[in-house]
Amino acid sequence: MVTSAYWRTRLHRYRLVGNRCAVCGKAFFPPRLVCSYCGSTKLEECKLPERGRLVEYTVVYSAPKGYDVVVPYVVGIVELENGVRVVAQITDVDVNEVKEGMEVELTIRKLPEQLEGGMICYTYKFRPVIG
Amino acid sequence: MRPDDDVGIIGYGVYVPVYRIRTAEIARVWGKLNDDLPVEEKAVAGPDEDAVTIAIEAARYAIRRAGIRPDEIGAVYVGTESKPYAVKPCSTIVAEAIGATPNVLAADYEFACKAGTEAFQASIGLVASGMVEYAMAIGVDTAQGRPADALEYTAGSGGGAFIFAKKSHETIAYVEGSYSFVTDTPDFWRRDGDRYPYHMGRFTGEPAYFRHTVMAAKSLMAELGLRPSDFDYAVFHQPNCKFPLKAARYLGIPEEKVKPGLVCSMIGNTYSGSSMIGLAAVLDVAKPGDRILLVSYGSGAGSDAFSFVVQDAIEEKRDRAPKVSAFLSRRKEIDYSMYAKFRNKILM
Ligand SMILES: [Zn+2]
Repeated sequence: MVTSAYWRTRLHRYRLVGNRCAVCGKAFFPPRLVCSYCGSTKLEECKLPERGRLVEYTVVYSAPKGYDVVVPYVVGIVELENGVRVVAQITDVDVNEVKEGMEVELTIRKLPEQLEGGMICYTYKFRPVIG
Repeated sequence: MRPDDDVGIIGYGVYVPVYRIRTAEIARVWGKLNDDLPVEEKAVAGPDEDAVTIAIEAARYAIRRAGIRPDEIGAVYVGTESKPYAVKPCSTIVAEAIGATPNVLAADYEFACKAGTEAFQASIGLVASGMVEYAMAIGVDTAQGRPADALEYTAGSGGGAFIFAKKSHETIAYVEGSYSFVTDTPDFWRRDGDRYPYHMGRFTGEPAYFRHTVMAAKSLMAELGLRPSDFDYAVFHQPNCKFPLKAARYLGIPEEKVKPGLVCSMIGNTYSGSSMIGLAAVLDVAKPGDRILLVSYGSGAGSDAFSFVVQDAIEEKRDRAPKVSAFLSRRKEIDYSMYAKFRNKILM
């Protein structure tokens, strides 16, 4: 990942900050420039709920360079408590135990390192709820 | 050392990765006998975890228990010897992730396994002096032992985060005093650029761990006018299951007061996280009025000893985040080959 792009998006990545349409109230993640429901360009930053439910998922066996250590891994759509859907990796689960409908929560994890000695990228993922 | 104004813990949180390797599995690979293994199993950071991600998890739970806004935190200290970057602080990433930036003091502490309690001392001083309202001290490690070395059986991953503030009705446990005992003792080291540490075998016991742990604890008690029997719980650094119990014997503290905070048989030695996870395990079960002795140990060498007195707020706050027991029962066992892959021990 390009350093400047990572730096610009770090608050979305670390804190699950999206935005909300000031006209119709719909929330988005990642943040959008234009509301896809009403076309408004008046969007305000908003912190999203950190818990949700796994709606759909897929298991990735054929992955990009650098992901050899984590294959196979799960990528899913998580519906947060306020209805916003987020595409993210589901971590700390075995491929055979992941289920649609499972309760998950936000965790910040690192992405596989693409370049030896390069920057480490941390980003949002979801894992089963603890406790 | 006693702060002029009373300071206490207002929130705490821990995190232990889900993966475990049994020491019997490590012994199988290296042809060692199964009797007398130092711990049952150890926690292993997953391929997407490091000291920073574990610190963030623990810090988020600590904030939840404290019930404060993250931007009210005036200092974020991360104590670790497993920094993902040799140069670039962990604390900036953690502070940014939890929402404490940009008006915050942030730094990393390093003192082998006592980096976290070193951060306690600094946090207590900053809070007591009124320089900050809230200070967060984190101890975390993803320790690595050289394959087949004795340390490989215990070097685990995990961490704890504690938030300090002046004593109030929000206080979970206040600090009666602390004492640090430090000498130049070469029992364990890792040179810059080296992947694995060296340790001096038996030398790590008497002149290192026991001398510093016992002296710090005894000096603290002398300074506060307390006796071993005044403590309801004692938490020590946990490089294995035997050392903390032996240190307690030297101090005349019975085993029952040590066992509630003794977690190393299930997660291994989490280095900077070790005594802090032990303290959290005790706070999970302690009653208001209980007095807790905490003594860390860091090679090189030194110990920080603290006396905490538990307050009423513990009863309401302990259930706001997962307890240590939740992390001990959450486990996925992996074999040595998966462990080698996760911990980057396979050259590709
Ligand atoms: Zn809209």
